[in-house]
Amino acid sequence: MRFLYRPGSSPLHRCPAGAKLLLLVAAGVGLVLLRDPLPASAALLAAVLLYPVASFGPRVLWQQARPVLPVLVVVGVLHGLSASWPGAYVTVVGLLALVLLAALVTLTTRTTALVDVVVRVLRPLRIVGVDPERVGLLLALGVRSVPVVLDLAAEVREAQHARGLAASPRAFAVPLVVRSMRHADALGEALAARGVDD
Amino acid sequence: MQLLRREQPALPGRRLSARDLALVAVFAALVAALGLFPAISVGSAVPITLQSMGPMICGAVLGRRLGAASLLLFLALVALGLPLLAGGHGGLAVFAGPTVGYLVGWPVAAYVIGWLTERGPRPYRLSWGVVAHVIGGIVVLYVFGIAGLVWQAGVTVPHAVVINLPFVPGDLAKAVVAALVARGVFAGLPDRQPSISRVR
Amino acid sequence: MTIATGLWDDRPVPLIELDGVSHAYGERAVLRDLTLRLEEHRIGVVGGNGSGKSTLARLLNGLVLPTAGRVRIDGLDTAHEGHQVRRRVGFVFTDPDAQIVMPTVGEDVAFGLRRLPRAEADRRSREWLERFGLADLCDHPAHLLSGGQKQLLALASVLVTEPDLLVMDEPTTLLDLANARHVAHLVAELPQQVVMVTHQLHLLDGFDRVLVVDDGRIVHDGPPADSLAHYEALVG
Repeated sequence: MRFLYRPGSSPLHRCPAGAKLLLLVAAGVGLVLLRDPLPASAALLAAVLLYPVASFGPRVLWQQARPVLPVLVVVGVLHGLSASWPGAYVTVVGLLALVLLAALVTLTTRTTALVDVVVRVLRPLRIVGVDPERVGLLLALGVRSVPVVLDLAAEVREAQHARGLAASPRAFAVPLVVRSMRHADALGEALAARGVDD
Repeated sequence: MQLLRREQPALPGRRLSARDLALVAVFAALVAALGLFPAISVGSAVPITLQSMGPMICGAVLGRRLGAASLLLFLALVALGLPLLAGGHGGLAVFAGPTVGYLVGWPVAAYVIGWLTERGPRPYRLSWGVVAHVIGGIVVLYVFGIAGLVWQAGVTVPHAVVINLPFVPGDLAKAVVAALVARGVFAGLPDRQPSISRVR
Repeated sequence: MTIATGLWDDRPVPLIELDGVSHAYGERAVLRDLTLRLEEHRIGVVGGNGSGKSTLARLLNGLVLPTAGRVRIDGLDTAHEGHQVRRRVGFVFTDPDAQIVMPTVGEDVAFGLRRLPRAEADRRSREWLERFGLADLCDHPAHLLSGGQKQLLALASVLVTEPDLLVMDEPTTLLDLANARHVAHLVAELPQQVVMVTHQLHLLDGFDRVLVVDDGRIVHDGPPADSLAHYEALVG
């Protein structure tokens, strides 16, 4: 499991996770409220300029932008045809800016720091029955379970190959789901033994 | 007397028990595994993965409550920066993109599929499963996806519908495969088929 | 109800009492009317697959509740005081991958101390990580550990809570010989009372008492050499 986080010591890396998330949300809300070419262009420029601040080169920037570009082209053309071309510009540039900013938060913030923010943000929801610590535990369990289930998937795949079975989706998914269930039962037992239900 | 024997709630209220937490976490990870393993290699450049079957499998196997929770957790993990989406994508950026509606729709699709599966015949019947997967995994999911395209990308509803059309045959096939998978799982573990009495 | 043994003066050994205990999964009886009093320092449990020995282990921390009878640890009923029981009874499972619940080594050890103040939890976690040679791996993702290291982590994460009784369900089954020996050695040094279910009979050398379980009943109960001879005869 490789995380998308890239360690570093730039000002953006040292900036608290909560502040970064808040700024990201503010940028998102701002771009929706001000649907205008100027703020959208400014946001994209700011996003691009922040990458060197976080000591990321153009390659990292390109890696973040590349996956959304095909969708943005389709969206831009459709928007231009069905509404207006300036509107298409605002939409595409604004979306690209948000994608780049969001990726920047992900690149410069440890998963554990984000989990802590989530737990803190949820604290007021205790009144309506949300247990923030339990949400934090669930997130940690999820992070922990991904490599375990990937290993299970690799084992299932190997067993399939060893028995010379064709790679049918069903022959892959059924044993994977069954093994996942067994693993979840054992994990649930371990959690109960460690006092999670107490 | 299967119907009368209610699973006793381990905890008061709606708090997830240790067992529930484990199922939710492991099935969130399963959705990731479905996306990271190319299931069908047809020699094309783009490997076809089974990740979009995730909401169907989680809903059918875990029921509405835990099924929806596992997809919510999956999305949370993606947002936290784990590259779990098919092709190794992840991070907050995917929620800023125009396809955000489909992602948001996954937990809802799992909930609807779980709700329908809980009300289905016992033992599990393939036809019921396929219908549940089409309703939840295609109809409901596309509504969210189209709403996302319209809201986030400003395209018109008819255009957004047209964008979806090429995906319909593949998603229909996945609805059938997911039902076959669920049947295969319940054939070995019949008492794991979700039912209304088990979700209280 | 606590008995102090001469050898382990500093740590009282809890008294485990099973009183007419049966357990059934649905129609299938797994344990039949067990009455036992366990107050030795090292107790082994052997038996074939499906004999009920794992269920017996799970009765001791309330993970499984008896369908008839009572299980008490130092007078605490597992059915009604499970919370207190689990604070005194640590449980080590066969598969460390299922037992490690947190993403990193340090977080998993600290998990059992989540109700303690942060500084105290950190201090105790560090102490156990060092004792088990895992200190350098504190920030290491758990899934990158070797099988042996994983079981050491599982053991450290349980021992950090300083339980009075350690129940182990085939803790070395998935380990290679060297790692199995290492774990057995660590367990032998522990001051706590230990109940170990195992297939690896040599691990029970030096135990005080070994129970042989077959078809939900205790068919033999005695010193290791005795019980193991009986078990060998039973297997045939």
